[in-house]
Amino acid sequence: MDIAFSPEELTFREEVRGFFDEQFDDELVSRLRGDNFKEAIVEWQQRLYKKGWIAANWPVEHGGTGWTPTQKYIYETERSERGIPGVIPFGIGMVGPMIYQFGTTEQKEKFLPGVLDSTTWWCQGYSEPGSGSDLASLKTKAELDGDHYVINGAKIWTSYAQYADWIFVLVRTSNEGKKQEGITFILVDMKTPGIKINPIISIDNEHSLNEVEFSDVRVPVENVVGEVNKGWTVAKALLAHERTGIADVAQSKRNIRLIKEAASAEMNGGKRLLDDAGFQAKVADLEIELMALEFTELRTLAAMAAGGFPGPESSLLKIKGTELQQATQELRMETAAYYQGVLPNGMDPEVLGHSWAHDAFRNYMYGRASTIYGGSNEVQKNIIAKYVLGLE
Amino acid sequence: MNFDFSEEQQMVRDSIARFVQDDYDWDTRRAIVASDTGMSDKAWQTFAELGWLSIPFAEEDGGFGGNIVDTMVIMEEIGKGLVVEPYLPTVVLFGGLIARAGNEAQRNAWIPSIIEGSTSGAFAYLERQSRFEIADCLTQAKAAGDGWVLNGEKVVVFNGANCNQMIVLARTSGEQWDRDGLSLFVVAADAEGVNRVDYPMMDGQRVANITFTDVALNADSLVGEAGTAMATVEAMIQEATIALMAEAVGCMGTLNAKTLEYTKTREQFGVAIGSFQSLQHRMVDTMMAYEQAKSLLFKVVCEYKQDPASAAASIHALKVFIDKNAKLVYGEATQMHGGMGITDELDIGHYAKRLMMINTTFGDATYHRAQYIDKAYAA
Repeated sequence: MDIAFSPEELTFREEVRGFFDEQFDDELVSRLRGDNFKEAIVEWQQRLYKKGWIAANWPVEHGGTGWTPTQKYIYETERSERGIPGVIPFGIGMVGPMIYQFGTTEQKEKFLPGVLDSTTWWCQGYSEPGSGSDLASLKTKAELDGDHYVINGAKIWTSYAQYADWIFVLVRTSNEGKKQEGITFILVDMKTPGIKINPIISIDNEHSLNEVEFSDVRVPVENVVGEVNKGWTVAKALLAHERTGIADVAQSKRNIRLIKEAASAEMNGGKRLLDDAGFQAKVADLEIELMALEFTELRTLAAMAAGGFPGPESSLLKIKGTELQQATQELRMETAAYYQGVLPNGMDPEVLGHSWAHDAFRNYMYGRASTIYGGSNEVQKNIIAKYVLGLE
Repeated sequence: MNFDFSEEQQMVRDSIARFVQDDYDWDTRRAIVASDTGMSDKAWQTFAELGWLSIPFAEEDGGFGGNIVDTMVIMEEIGKGLVVEPYLPTVVLFGGLIARAGNEAQRNAWIPSIIEGSTSGAFAYLERQSRFEIADCLTQAKAAGDGWVLNGEKVVVFNGANCNQMIVLARTSGEQWDRDGLSLFVVAADAEGVNRVDYPMMDGQRVANITFTDVALNADSLVGEAGTAMATVEAMIQEATIALMAEAVGCMGTLNAKTLEYTKTREQFGVAIGSFQSLQHRMVDTMMAYEQAKSLLFKVVCEYKQDPASAAASIHALKVFIDKNAKLVYGEATQMHGGMGITDELDIGHYAKRLMMINTTFGDATYHRAQYIDKAYAA
């Protein structure tokens, strides 16, 4: 029972600080906020790749860092203090681990390099218009025609499909047996004829979500990852991976810091908002929740380091992490008072005299998705009830 | 970084768990609480024989040389078994104060006898008006000849009824609220002028209000330097708070386990009530409450082990967090046990009452939140 950093870990922290200070420069920061988000985030990810830090959770043999839980904790702490965005999850966090865990040698050689160096942008084809929380009810079908599957159907809530080079898709390859049994995990080139992207504007007034339609899309059989009709195993492993990162303690930590900064400047009746006892109590309760969550995540990381892949316990991180994200986003909106209603790009901050409320707005509005995506929090509770508590 | 326990810690954990299972079942515990003293001398002697009373003390004082992690392990098991014997007041508080501030003669006088089970101790520091403020002390010790004369009253002294020795916080200079001018004295429970009124609390603990009327104390009674006790007491209460929070986590874990088991066997409408989704989701909530409380306890323990001063804000945070989450756990446990949950016969309500007392001991959530804010947002 010990969290003291060793001399090597302290050296590592210096290295992380030095790298961030040098590489996460102001020019990049302004580009990340601008219109060409994709180019900016890819460039940042490539800087991480060159440093060897792009895949914190991958094993070394596949190009991961091989970091200990402590190193991950140090890295995340330093990242959050600087407000550095996380790696886009679809490649590094999702499809990559599935390919090295379930893929063939050819698939690993073909796809993993592009995931690691961010030259391939991936998106996720899981939910459908008729299949949300009941994911296994999915109907997008893939029928065998020679050495190709022909895919027909539609996927929805596909983040950044408009940027994507490839999509990993859950398709139905059989209607025999239980609904989970006829699902296959397959990789599809977004340039394949028959794919159509329909943008969905979300309540943050942004375009990140899409519907992706598939009409007679022909995909080579060698793009199946894992066994045909056993895609549910892959899907579940991916969700467990996804959930561990979803807690995003770093984001909530950053939001609390921003709230405190703003509430120190914000005056109300001649005194600082941060000196208001009721407001202080709200901030304190969030900070305390975050301390508990952070150590729950560390316990999970330590257990994963000892035992490999995350189990159903990762659902806890998803539930508490997203609840806390939303609570911090909400308090940041409250801190902005009436400026919380300022639309992104609705007014020049210079003219408005207020620089961050639109950011709080965007963060809060998009944040409503977090308790829904990655398996809604209610589904996570079902998972814990069944697999951890043994309730049927 | 690791959250593992040493082999010795596992052994202690197993040995307390075995004791609770074999010698401290629910009926035994009920009988102990209902007895005259509200504790079992036999159980206490077992604690001594198995070495549990020696664990936090330094090897040079005859102890095992344990640290805060060892104390956490012991207190968590005490919580699981709802053990009422006075480990916290005797070993952690009385023994801890002697170990921290006592001179060699005092350590030799008291620590070996705590370890062998013959000294039963208490720490008398709260007063009627003080609520949770330690410095709000009216009890006075006046210098007289080589020694001191003690006058005043202490309230809700844990193990106050059964102890044979106590440490009393008294003012040797300054005014009611001053942090300076406080001193600690060892006082024999049977000294002339000591009057104890004992009473049981809802959690089965025996406490006492104790008055001191011209109690004559010799010079050797003073623990530490006169007038400087505040820092010692605050540091001691911090450590004792961690111990108490470990007990709370133990109670919460057992309540969850018992409730889960009950919902798997209790049938209504022809099925186990644990098959209902509304109950399942609430049991997930209580499971998360317990796991998160444990995580925060680990954080505090790790920080404290590194540097006690660095854990100050986290200890306040833990107290606030446990308050909220213990309420959720015992509330749901009571509700899900239905009518049985509110009977005296079943243990569920007794775990709830222990957690309620824990939540108010060493300061409640309101107090600790304010303390946390003071430390975290000091301008």
